[in-house]
Amino acid sequence: MDFDLLDILTALFLTVGCFLGISGGVGLYRLPDFFSRQHATGVTDSACSFLILFALILQSGFTLVSVKLCFIFFFLVITSTTATHALAKSALHKGITPILGREDKR
Amino acid sequence: MEAAVDIVLLSLLCVTVIVIVYIRKLFCAIMLLGIFSLISASLFITMDAVDVAFTEAAVGTGISSILLLSALSLTHTRERRPAHQPYVALMVVAVTGAVLVYGTMDLPAFGDPDSAIHRHMAVRFIVDSPQEVGPPNVVTSVLASYRGYDTLGETTVIFTAGIALVALLGFNRRKEFKVRLSGAQITSVPEVPLSSAPKVPNADYLVLRIVGKMFIPLIMLFALYVQFHGDYGPGGGFQAGVIFASAIMLYAMIFNVETAMRVVTPTALRLLAVLGLLLYGGVGVLCMLLGGNFLDYNVLAHAPLHGQHLGIFLIELGVGITVFAIMVTMFYALGNRSGRSV
Amino acid sequence: MNWVGHYNYWVAIFLMMSGFYVVITRGNLIKKLIGLNVFSTSVFLLYISMGKINGGTAPIYSEHTLPGQLFSNPVPHVLILTAIVVGVATTAVGLALTVRINERYGTIEEDEIRAKDDSL
Repeated sequence: MDFDLLDILTALFLTVGCFLGISGGVGLYRLPDFFSRQHATGVTDSACSFLILFALILQSGFTLVSVKLCFIFFFLVITSTTATHALAKSALHKGITPILGREDKR
Repeated sequence: MEAAVDIVLLSLLCVTVIVIVYIRKLFCAIMLLGIFSLISASLFITMDAVDVAFTEAAVGTGISSILLLSALSLTHTRERRPAHQPYVALMVVAVTGAVLVYGTMDLPAFGDPDSAIHRHMAVRFIVDSPQEVGPPNVVTSVLASYRGYDTLGETTVIFTAGIALVALLGFNRRKEFKVRLSGAQITSVPEVPLSSAPKVPNADYLVLRIVGKMFIPLIMLFALYVQFHGDYGPGGGFQAGVIFASAIMLYAMIFNVETAMRVVTPTALRLLAVLGLLLYGGVGVLCMLLGGNFLDYNVLAHAPLHGQHLGIFLIELGVGITVFAIMVTMFYALGNRSGRSV
Repeated sequence: MNWVGHYNYWVAIFLMMSGFYVVITRGNLIKKLIGLNVFSTSVFLLYISMGKINGGTAPIYSEHTLPGQLFSNPVPHVLILTAIVVGVATTAVGLALTVRINERYGTIEEDEIRAKDDSL
């Protein structure tokens, strides 16, 4: 079986990306507070999607498909962070406060 | 290896459906329905149905979830505990399921290339489509040319649904309306104030406004790309109309629905919906006037292939315009209602 | 009898029956519409599984297409495209009716609506 470097790198990135995705899911389930769960899903949106998309870009080389995958990544980064911001903002509006509270006790 | 992906996705679907059946918080049920649609779209991709996956992700996940959530915000969000014992229902469901499983014994095996359904129409469409119709995407050529009449009916169904929504809900909340109360004299119900939510200063929504302004033109550009690229890849009128409508819905969610209604007015939407459907039917009638049959695009230009290309272009445009207008109309109708009771 | 090949169809039937169960047992109108959506999406799954061909690809000609390439059947794809859009149109009309019923009766549970109707 001849694997070249691209295939090995693709497999590595996909594995790490899937691990990060699973850890995001576990965090979503196990973390106690709304705001800490946002941290968990932030990992999924940024690092996991980047690694998986980069693995796919490695597989498709210098074609139009790679450019489209880059666009998808930029779109995901900007919209998912905005969505996280909107969720956290509306949670604060509604009065949900983080469990640990502010360190300066204001 | 493909079988493993298939089995995992199908098991996820089964788990999602079991939770949908039992959960009583309707908001969660709607979110789970979105997840169900997205996993189905992934399954469609593993089964090589890319156009269908695109449409299911755009229409089934996007628009269905938005409409369901808008309706949920106007009604109650928790379901009552079911009052009846489910035994009879379970028996009916089990018997129906058993009969259907018995019926699938005769179906061809999954993925069999020699089964009877792949031998007649599909061969003609796939083999003859490049010479007779032209577009590389066989699904578009079948949808727009070989089965163009069905697509006309589908566009009419969407149009009718839009009319039904406007007739049921309407979108004018500015005028007072006069109600005859139980045979007494006509009294006028005081109008609902334009937006009863407390005014939040704009700076509070700064991030959303800026990102929205950055992305809404790009979403519209993508919708245009999908519309005109439907001949060469997955895409076409329906998906493009829905994506364009979602840009307007994003605008309406970040700024007010009233602001969005000043930008894309209901009158313009009514005009556009009718225009799209007229364009489709008009192309058909034009073909008849030029000597061919209804929706026979061969007569539209000097060569049959050019005529087909022009015909498909025009009707996809008509479909896209109508779908856009009706989707935004539905969103306005549901989103502009504010919990009044008549 | 190819049991493995039919796994797809049986899962689709299980999903269909779950949607059907939601429609007939739950009294909440929005839950019924959700069940109807589940039902129709699983019917689409059944249809598209019948159109798949092993070794085939999406029915799009491109410069990479080999001469003897197998394509998956485009006819079910066209039918399901129509069905998806008609399904969402039906859901929208159902939701409009639900909103109006809620405004008139104050509830969207079937039993309470029937009780209010009977007591009029």
